[in-house]
Amino acid sequence: MPGKLKVKIVAGRHLPVMDRASDLTDAFVEVKFGNTTFKTDVYLKSLNPQWNSEWFKFEVDDEDLQDEPLQITVLDHDTYSANDAIGKVYIDIDPLLYSEAATVISGWFPIYDTIHGIRGEINVVVKVDLFNDLNRFRQSSCGVKFFCTTSIPKCYRAVIIHGFVEELVVNEDPEYQWIDRIRTPRASNEARQRLISLMSGELQRKIGLKVLEMRGNAVVGYLQCFDLEGESGLVVRAIGTACTLDKLSSPAAFLPACNSPSKEMKEIPFNEDPNPNTHSSGPSTPLKNQTYSFSPSKSYSRQSSSSDTDLSLTPKTGMGSGSAGKEGGPFKALLRQQTQSALEQREFPFFTLTAFPPGFLVHVGGVVSARSVKLLDRIHNPAFVGIMGNTRSYKLLDWNSFNSDEPETRDAWWAEIRQEIKSHAKALGCHAVVGYSESTSICEEVCILSASGTAAVLNPRFLQDGTVEGCLEQRLEENLPTRCGFCHIPYDELNMPFPAHLTYCYNCRKQKVPDVLFTTIDLPTDATVIGKGCLIQARLCRLKKKAQAEANATAISNLLPFMEYEVHTQLMNKLKLKGMNALFGLRIQITVGENMLMGLASATGVYLAALPTPGGIQIAGKTPNDGSYEQHISHMQKKINDTIAKNKELYEISPPEISEEIIGSPIPEPRQRSRLLRSQSESSDEVTELDLSHGKKDAFVLEIDDTDAMEDVHSLLTDVPPPSGFYSCNTEIMPGINNWTSEIQMFTSVRVIRLSSLNLTNQALNKNFNDLCENLLKSLYFKLRSMIPCCLCHVNFTVSLPEDELIQVTVTAVAITFDKNQALQTTKTHVEKSLQRASTDNEELLQFPLELCSDSLSSHPLPPAKEHLESASSNSGIPAAQRATSVDYSSFADRCSSWIELIKLKAQTIRRGSIKTTVTVEKASPVGDGNFRNRSAPPCANSTVGVVKMTPLSFIPGAKITKYLGIINMFFIRETTSLREEGGVSGFLHAFIAEVFAMVRAHVAALGGNAVVSYIMKQCVFMENPNKNQAQCLINVSGDAVVFVRESDLEVVSTQQPTANCQSSCTEGGPS
Amino acid sequence: MTSELDIFVGNTTLIDEDVYRLWLDGYSVTDAVALRVRSGILEQTGATAAVLQSDTMDHYRTFHMLERLLHAPPKLLHQLIFQIPPSRQALLIERYYAFDEAFVREVLGKKLSKGTKKDLDDISTKTGITLKSCRRQFDNFKRVFKVVEEMRGSLVDNIQQHFLLSDRLARDYAAIVFFANNRFETGKKKLQYLSFGDFAFCAELMIQNWTLGAVDSQMDDMDMDLDKEFLQDLKELKVLVADKDLLDLHKSLVCTALRGKLGVFSEMEANFKNLSRGLVNVAAKLTHNKDVRDLFVDLVEKFVEPCRSDHWPLSDVRFFLNQYSASVHSLDGFRHQTLWDRYMGTLRGCLLRLYHD
Repeated sequence: MPGKLKVKIVAGRHLPVMDRASDLTDAFVEVKFGNTTFKTDVYLKSLNPQWNSEWFKFEVDDEDLQDEPLQITVLDHDTYSANDAIGKVYIDIDPLLYSEAATVISGWFPIYDTIHGIRGEINVVVKVDLFNDLNRFRQSSCGVKFFCTTSIPKCYRAVIIHGFVEELVVNEDPEYQWIDRIRTPRASNEARQRLISLMSGELQRKIGLKVLEMRGNAVVGYLQCFDLEGESGLVVRAIGTACTLDKLSSPAAFLPACNSPSKEMKEIPFNEDPNPNTHSSGPSTPLKNQTYSFSPSKSYSRQSSSSDTDLSLTPKTGMGSGSAGKEGGPFKALLRQQTQSALEQREFPFFTLTAFPPGFLVHVGGVVSARSVKLLDRIHNPAFVGIMGNTRSYKLLDWNSFNSDEPETRDAWWAEIRQEIKSHAKALGCHAVVGYSESTSICEEVCILSASGTAAVLNPRFLQDGTVEGCLEQRLEENLPTRCGFCHIPYDELNMPFPAHLTYCYNCRKQKVPDVLFTTIDLPTDATVIGKGCLIQARLCRLKKKAQAEANATAISNLLPFMEYEVHTQLMNKLKLKGMNALFGLRIQITVGENMLMGLASATGVYLAALPTPGGIQIAGKTPNDGSYEQHISHMQKKINDTIAKNKELYEISPPEISEEIIGSPIPEPRQRSRLLRSQSESSDEVTELDLSHGKKDAFVLEIDDTDAMEDVHSLLTDVPPPSGFYSCNTEIMPGINNWTSEIQMFTSVRVIRLSSLNLTNQALNKNFNDLCENLLKSLYFKLRSMIPCCLCHVNFTVSLPEDELIQVTVTAVAITFDKNQALQTTKTHVEKSLQRASTDNEELLQFPLELCSDSLSSHPLPPAKEHLESASSNSGIPAAQRATSVDYSSFADRCSSWIELIKLKAQTIRRGSIKTTVTVEKASPVGDGNFRNRSAPPCANSTVGVVKMTPLSFIPGAKITKYLGIINMFFIRETTSLREEGGVSGFLHAFIAEVFAMVRAHVAALGGNAVVSYIMKQCVFMENPNKNQAQCLINVSGDAVVFVRESDLEVVSTQQPTANCQSSCTEGGPS
Repeated sequence: MTSELDIFVGNTTLIDEDVYRLWLDGYSVTDAVALRVRSGILEQTGATAAVLQSDTMDHYRTFHMLERLLHAPPKLLHQLIFQIPPSRQALLIERYYAFDEAFVREVLGKKLSKGTKKDLDDISTKTGITLKSCRRQFDNFKRVFKVVEEMRGSLVDNIQQHFLLSDRLARDYAAIVFFANNRFETGKKKLQYLSFGDFAFCAELMIQNWTLGAVDSQMDDMDMDLDKEFLQDLKELKVLVADKDLLDLHKSLVCTALRGKLGVFSEMEANFKNLSRGLVNVAAKLTHNKDVRDLFVDLVEKFVEPCRSDHWPLSDVRFFLNQYSASVHSLDGFRHQTLWDRYMGTLRGCLLRLYHD
């Protein structure tokens, strides 16, 4: 009996009226965990019941603790008929199961009903007493921490990054069971919510077990998804990266890597060391060791013995090559060897992380992706297992693919895809895949499985045990150029996996780099970027004939390569049009519908200083003898050139001119080359490798041979840049901006358009889709105009095709304000530095003092920098109207907040029948004096409801995350049979999303947190039937609940204990 | 291509003050978009009309969802669905409960019933305020009235506590509720020159001095109803005009004191008896509900108009009223000094406020 769960129901408020006669409610609460149910007394005739129940105690296995949610049902007591349910609250108690997270869950939770939405709130206190029973440890995985964040969480240090963990669970979907025909929609929805909650609990526990087997203690970059396959069932699958994390004890000892990224950026180039002075004392400074040294007291014995033997070799060989002074060939080979051996034990050397500790990433090969079209078949054995009853066993059901009689499980499907990814990475000379993710798109019985990541060579240090000594660490550190190293090609120059054009690195001039780099990861913090980045999207639609089963799958498989090719071409064109040479955070989503396929690729384009300047785009006509045509072509060409020039100015891309003779490196001919290796397979082993390079053409030429191509060129030019003061990217932070202020606004926007079914062509479809996305972005810019200057970060587009003629686009992103002036200054110094760096001697040993020089220079504003700053700020001023409104608002705000506070104070002091002084005639006669007296306003206003910030980023600008409280993973269904009355589809979904946000915030607040980071809306499935006045929506969200402290507050309380900080913010977030 | 669904939900609910105003003013989405276009917002932001339309719809939907909560402002503070900074919450409430001067003058003193609600059409046409806005304002009055109707304690405090309004607005609402409860006539042509502010001022004085709560805070502390006992007692003042000696004595006292100080002395002297009769009779009649309702009509007829026709400057009116009420203390035969002060103190304040063009 390893755990005791204690629950107390305190009170309710704002309950709905359940008894029409009295306009009141007789509410009571059922508390259910596993098979045990407790009830509170009925609190008669109140909309704000005070139950103040005893502690309900559940004695349970820790296995159950992990799997089961606590289920709280609020009901209205009815003497004569059945009790009416008001709503439910599901509480995931997982955060209480590991020691460092929350100790108590206490607060107001919205009472949620799948038909009516939120109906009042309930105050609940939950505690868990865990008994340490180590013998039982294997069955549960209590204590393994989960993080959605795809980087090492801010207040932890990665001791070892173990690698990929995955798991999936399958069950029948309650919505498609026979019983669904006779039960109410509410019962069906609740069965589904509960099932998914159970399944994700189980999934998490199983993944935890795998982590424990690997001797890890945490999962980072945990991504859990649902596949709603309809008739054939429901799949919950998850991937993540197992790590051994060490908690950093005091905030003062935070490593720079654990600082907020804004800090990190500022500390470039020495961000691995908080004290730059130590560098002057040379590479053997022991201080530097501190950063990476592994605490000797902790020795983790690895499970696989083979890597142990490798480890013992590592230090010696590492030392030998370390003295070479530059990154030589033999060292590289050796490094590869080590990494290889460390990684080869793993079935899949994948990492779901997108940002890494400095030095982790050695080289980046390029994007690898794999897709596979599968046919979902009916489950053979429809016997219903478990959720309605009390057993908790899930059968892993057999999945039959259409062309094979052998049973094929979901696991096998994914294994196949992962194998493919692995082989693609190998072809790029890489042993690992980083920024790895998996997704599906399902339409009827066809399912596209996709996986993608970035092939990379990693530093073995982090993958292995802590026996490696500091000396080696240091050598490695010196020898791996951190700033441009990741750009250098990992593959063999003479044996390239695809035709590519290589040049010497523009930064170190020693290694070869490709001309363009595509990745799925975030921009490494130590990368040198020129100018700012921007969001680049490729959008594409392809019509497809409606077909059944096999024919449908074949049709889709045939279309996929063309789509990938076109998406890629579009990305490349747009990148060149922006004058940039690298893409980060690339995410290509292919969505399948009844009669079309949609492709949407989003990425953040940047100009990497290490890569060559991109060439322009040339236009060529096919009919050279037509005069007017020629003229038209040249006109287009001019337009394109102008756009490139304009974009370069807009994104401040002014690469330093480098004299050619420096190393005599060939100046690159602009040339298109692909780094995308992909394949489509149709549940068979047939692998098509697609060469996306454009043959042997020297320049990137767009041939206009038909109207289609013409359209393409036009669409290239129609992408409108964001209004001045706005930037956007889909990565964590915007390259080139690093002075974030603290204002953030996370939002979700959903749009559905109906296509006119008449004469749909690919072209019309493309235009519609393009307009949809562009208009959506424009709307966002307009809505958030009061935040200018600001940047939309982590812009995440999701496309789905809910019906024949409907396209749904969901966007979640966060707008962050930044300080324009300071940002400009730092960018400038950044460029300044890179300039200096490029022109300096290539002796690496000399580089340190020189860089220190440039650092100190840049701290004094240089005359040209200043000039630049002034002109820029005057050019891109905010429109006067916007400024005016914001000013007006703030002054009003002060006034308002003060009297709201006043009223609250008064409310406390006024008692019924309080004594009032009799006003005599004499007193009243001095006109109005006494009446309109100004009451003194209290200095600050406390909100009644604690503010909870939400952000898709892993950090909160201007604040320090002091504690991770656990993962938030919630699934909601909302249904209505009175769509019109609820304001139509927009009203319905608007309310639902607002409710989802509210429930996430309430859970975080109850855990004692004040923010959710790495928030993601993984699913938003919306179905409507306007004729029946019905609609249904499913939403799945996740994130990490955290406690953060403002950096300004931190300085004030820095003398206090960090726990005190925690507590103060806990209470702040708590109920009031 | 038609947009089926188009929403934007922020973790912090976005409130656009301009759109909120348009919504409160009762404009339809189409009209609001047109008005926003006219404000030049498209040029300033480079947005398109479609963007504006979508933005306006979105805000309207948000306001519509918030409206339910605005009906009980404390709920807005405690609810969890919309995360709104306190300053914005205050703004939402304050603006929602704000009303138009033109509208309130039409409704002031009327019974807040279904019948009046039916007349909103006419009020809308007459004032140029949209029907929707009229309804909101009317419903606000009625809601506040219903909530505080049976409540003990200070009217202003009750309103402030239950509707979280600013001091200023709560006072205005107290006046509206007080007028509605006592059904004072304010719509007569004679009274058209008076502003809501004038009435609100009077209401406040009356609440402070003439209601039950004004004298006895221990018992039913009702600010809404006039002190019936006091109104009954006011009959006793009649002696001031009925008793000829008292009236003459009163007049001579006033005239002696004001001689040479008043620009309109002769007019005052000539009119004293009429004015005094008017003021005292108003008091004596207040026992009847009907006459209570006509209080303002009577005051204007019996005092304001006669003075105005003789072109009394306001300073003279003040001198006169001060002396007029003070002199009563020197009338030995008069026993109702306290009553007189309670009556005249308030009335003096009201009359001074009502005395303008």
